[in-house]
Amino acid sequence: MAPKTSPEVGGMGHSVRRKEDPRFIRGKGTYVDDVVLPGMLYLDIVRSPFAHAKIKKIDAAKATAIPGVLAVITGQDLAKYNLHWMPTLMSDTQMVLPVEKVMYQAQEVAAVLATSRYAAADGAAAVLVEYEPLPVIVDPKKALEPGAPVLRTDKKDKKDNHIWHWEWGNRAETDRLFTEAEVTVKQDIYIPRIHVASIETCGCIAHFDKVNDKLTVWMTTQAPHAIRTVFALVAGHVGLSEQNIRIISPDIGGGFGGKVPVYPGYVIAVAASVLTGKPVKWIEDRMENLQADSFARDYHITAELAAKKDGTLTALRIKTLADHGYTDAAANPSKFPAGLFHVCTGSYDLKAAHVEVDGAYTNKPPGGIAYRCSFRVTEAVHTIERMADLMAHQLGMDPAEFRMKNFVKPEQFPYKSALGWEYDSGNYAGALRKAMDTIGYADLRREQAEKRKRGELMGIGISSFTEIVGAGPSKHFDILGLKMFDSCEIRIHPTGKAIARFGTKSQGQGHETTYAQILAEELGIPAADIRVEEGDTDTAPYGLGTYASRSTPVAGAAAAIAARKIQDKARKIAAHLLEAAEEDLVWETGKFSVKGAPNRSKTIQEIAFAAYTNHPQGLEAGLEAVSYYDPPNLTYPFGSYICVVDVDKGTGEVKVRRFVAIDDCGNIINPMIVQGQVHGGLTMGLAPALLEEISYDEIGNIQGGSFIDYLLPTAVETPKWETGHTVTPSPHHPLGAKGVGESATVGAPAAIANAVVDALWHLGVRHIDIPITPPKVWRLLREKGVTE
Amino acid sequence: MIPGAFEYHAPGSLGEATALLARLGPDAKVLSGGQSLIPLMKLRLATPPHVVDINAIPGLAYVREDGGTLRIGALTRESDLEESEVVRRRYPLLHDTCRVIADPIVRNLATVGGNLAHGDPANDHPATMLALAAEVVAVGTGGERKIPIGQFFTGPFSTALKADEIVTEIRIPTPRPGSGGAYVKLERKVGDFATAAVAAQLTLGADGVCEQAGIGLTNVGSVPIRATKAEAALTGKRPDEAAIKQAAQLAAEAAQPAADLRGSVEYKKDLVRVLTGRALRKAIERAQKGA
Amino acid sequence: MLVKVSINGEKHEADVEPRLLLVHLIREVLRLTGTHIGCDTTHCGACTVLLDGRPVKSCTMFAVQASGHEMTTVEGLEQDGKLHPLQEGFMAEHGLQCGYCTPGMLMTSVAFLKKNPKPTEDEIRLAISGNLCRCTGYVNIVKAIQHAAAKLQGGA
Repeated sequence: MAPKTSPEVGGMGHSVRRKEDPRFIRGKGTYVDDVVLPGMLYLDIVRSPFAHAKIKKIDAAKATAIPGVLAVITGQDLAKYNLHWMPTLMSDTQMVLPVEKVMYQAQEVAAVLATSRYAAADGAAAVLVEYEPLPVIVDPKKALEPGAPVLRTDKKDKKDNHIWHWEWGNRAETDRLFTEAEVTVKQDIYIPRIHVASIETCGCIAHFDKVNDKLTVWMTTQAPHAIRTVFALVAGHVGLSEQNIRIISPDIGGGFGGKVPVYPGYVIAVAASVLTGKPVKWIEDRMENLQADSFARDYHITAELAAKKDGTLTALRIKTLADHGYTDAAANPSKFPAGLFHVCTGSYDLKAAHVEVDGAYTNKPPGGIAYRCSFRVTEAVHTIERMADLMAHQLGMDPAEFRMKNFVKPEQFPYKSALGWEYDSGNYAGALRKAMDTIGYADLRREQAEKRKRGELMGIGISSFTEIVGAGPSKHFDILGLKMFDSCEIRIHPTGKAIARFGTKSQGQGHETTYAQILAEELGIPAADIRVEEGDTDTAPYGLGTYASRSTPVAGAAAAIAARKIQDKARKIAAHLLEAAEEDLVWETGKFSVKGAPNRSKTIQEIAFAAYTNHPQGLEAGLEAVSYYDPPNLTYPFGSYICVVDVDKGTGEVKVRRFVAIDDCGNIINPMIVQGQVHGGLTMGLAPALLEEISYDEIGNIQGGSFIDYLLPTAVETPKWETGHTVTPSPHHPLGAKGVGESATVGAPAAIANAVVDALWHLGVRHIDIPITPPKVWRLLREKGVTE
Repeated sequence: MIPGAFEYHAPGSLGEATALLARLGPDAKVLSGGQSLIPLMKLRLATPPHVVDINAIPGLAYVREDGGTLRIGALTRESDLEESEVVRRRYPLLHDTCRVIADPIVRNLATVGGNLAHGDPANDHPATMLALAAEVVAVGTGGERKIPIGQFFTGPFSTALKADEIVTEIRIPTPRPGSGGAYVKLERKVGDFATAAVAAQLTLGADGVCEQAGIGLTNVGSVPIRATKAEAALTGKRPDEAAIKQAAQLAAEAAQPAADLRGSVEYKKDLVRVLTGRALRKAIERAQKGA
Repeated sequence: MLVKVSINGEKHEADVEPRLLLVHLIREVLRLTGTHIGCDTTHCGACTVLLDGRPVKSCTMFAVQASGHEMTTVEGLEQDGKLHPLQEGFMAEHGLQCGYCTPGMLMTSVAFLKKNPKPTEDEIRLAISGNLCRCTGYVNIVKAIQHAAAKLQGGA
């Protein structure tokens, strides 16, 4: 689809080079740890080696004796200000620093304040804590057994470790369809804990200026405004008032959801700064990040699919146990404790479905959402795509054909799923067809058949996913009560240049470029002339931040709406300048001209100048607009991925030979940036599929708490991704765009898992949980009598 | 992330260095490449009061072949060893090994001497040196001594080096014509220690019979393992598939791996079997080519 | 202890603790914050700088070890207002997103292309296997390096 604007204007569809890049390639980005303030102190955190233990004593004497160490802050100190506990984003409660006991390994126990980073580290190593270990629960099933020790002894009336029960769908109808079904498949699927591990860890500099009564916090956060409001609510009683709080989210080295939660380190740093009046810097190191920060996944799923003999799917039934760690601190929209998991009917026209999820407390860090998952959509898609593949294989049907048969058809859109989502648009068969043609599907199946005869193990896996992003309509979506609109505020200067600020916050997605392209598209002002800013709550309009691929669908829409308000005012000014009636003016990118007299025109730049020098009487001067966009619906990007694997019979290694990804995110703002998002997302889909896992032994010791064992893929493990796209615009989005940041992370793991199972199906293998590691594959092969 | 404090010494000669080590005793740690020591210090798993940086000692970084021996200076960086033409051509086992130590950047600082002196059975050079029948030259206050590689590794993270000794050179007998070697490592990703790895070196006579075999195993025991029974099973035979299979099986039996996140005992032992077969086949192919 | 280093052609002296990591000398004493810290186990490579022309992980060296040596950091790539072809390549090919791993990638690539001016894709991927990226999936980083290799070969 050819762009409508010229390359000079750089509107939608152009692969405009990024405005962010000049500073990053020079090493001139400003990340939180780059900032140094006069008199700055450093915070380091003492962490619990035990997963569950009473704190008997904290002895800070050795620590405070170290030159440079100013103080050791404990839960007792914070309790004086009632800051030792804080609310979570799911209206549970979380310790900032414990008074009574710790509830996960690596939990914050005390904080050391010092004049240098090195002294703070020495101090942390010198704090002596006496613990009395308590029984540990790491298995959520055991946590819910009657008689299990109650973990949340801080909750007066809590008698068990059950957090909530949530269900959705038509249970009766679903059960009926299962009873009637000609074929059913059932599978237990465990999606283990993983950690997003962006290359920059989390941190902040809290600076409470006593004289000016202003708290400024430089923070690695994806949602600066929400954080500001949370601080005002949580710490209002110690005098923090929202107009005097400024959150600055500068350059962020990757977020992916891991920089949404409020971590204890932030709160302690703020408290320390308020108490001392000095800036306090806290930067966690990698092991702290992996061991204590918000995790993702940890869903124990039992899924069932029902179908007719001919392969027509009828119903889906899912029961899930969600391991939330010691508190529910997942960053979900408040009405949805299991996020958007109920998009799990996927791309198929199911007649009925029922899904239920139970949350459980365990002695592990809290979290659940942080890994590019669109609020549990990774879990939903992995489930339905594994089950679809399982059903297809069970029936002896080709998995591509099976999907084609069951896809929601283009004419069915907008489509109401069996679980109540209204999918805006889709062309699932088109995407799958394109993927199949690109990869040469038929040839690959032939090759597989020949290889199989020779005992070679080759597999082809498909994932045809429907994503759900753009949270979200105020009717259903809020986080801690804050509705999930987003905003754009544009101001056009006299010389026709512009500045636009947003309530979102890029952590690498390129908003400084893509938002400028949207505005260029709408206003005809070259993208190069539009400065985009985000992240400073003193200047940016209120928004809920960037995560769950919501920026383009919500803030991008706000940009378009705000631009159209500007266009409306520009029309009035143009009418005044051209001495014509407003209705006689025709807009063509960048200018208004008189109908029938195209030489009588005014450019947007001329109009901007006039807004300050010759505005019509009765109209205010200036040329600016703001939009707070409440989306009418979510958007539904989709795609089809096909993966080819070769399995090494000797070692159990799985090699991804080819991977074709066809994505549809509606109208594309910047093709180069969209492709980059897909590459990165695919790699964060491969990682959980083959490499990454965080697990715990029976007493809650983390396995995989550093990069030694938490395995991020390098360029060698990462396949040479092949990408393409189809374009099915969103009918309700002002630009027809949908968002794409997480699609590939959502869709890829199932394609890889399906490929491996496909490679081993003829041996009797039906399912493998991710990560599909060589030892896992080796065990299956040897059990089936296959060896090298 | 932040190491504990220490006193730093940078001796300019071997004499100075060994005297320092003798004086400081167990309170001192030698710093060569630092790519094993410094990570341990950053995690405060090692907190030596004294660090003796030997990088200023001249004349310890070289790769040269003379008189039937390959001599590698202990301070030779892994990347330099990897790029050595003579090593690539005549010591393919050693070249293979260099290529899979840690990652390419770490190899710019990591040293061959350090890789051995650290005594970690998970490091890659030890098994290779066993297969190559290498010799370690060490210098202490008492002078120089040669330690056959078979006596060098005495336990996990412990070697035959005395407290005041520094490795100065590694010597490898130049393989005869008809020799070939290969190192096959399974790692979960680039930069990881081996789940298991096998070093194979052999020499074939003109009649195709295996005259000599060396097989070393990485990270499947508390010390690097020499699979002597496997070697014996090949020696004096033509290394056909049956012989390879038998040797591979014996190598697996020699392995004593611990279960960990990389795999179970059973898996690792079978991996040794598989990788030994692959290493031998490659070594044989190279031996036959280069005859 | 006194440390005397040359960074990006400029001489610096500082009195530091022996345990001061080189990356902290660079970032905190010399205030060159383009070099980043991303882990604590020498895996991520965000701290990569050139030491006498060779890429090293500056988090796994003590500052005192760099005394008497020449270092180049990302800030030293642009010369007299002219960007290095690798810097241009990264921008042209969208080889960066959040920018955090980028300085490390650049330094590794600068040295790599000097050694291997006409690399294959697999050689490039191996060369950067000590540098982790979470954003890009490496595809465009490879393209950026190929772009620069072509430019450098063409004598531009």
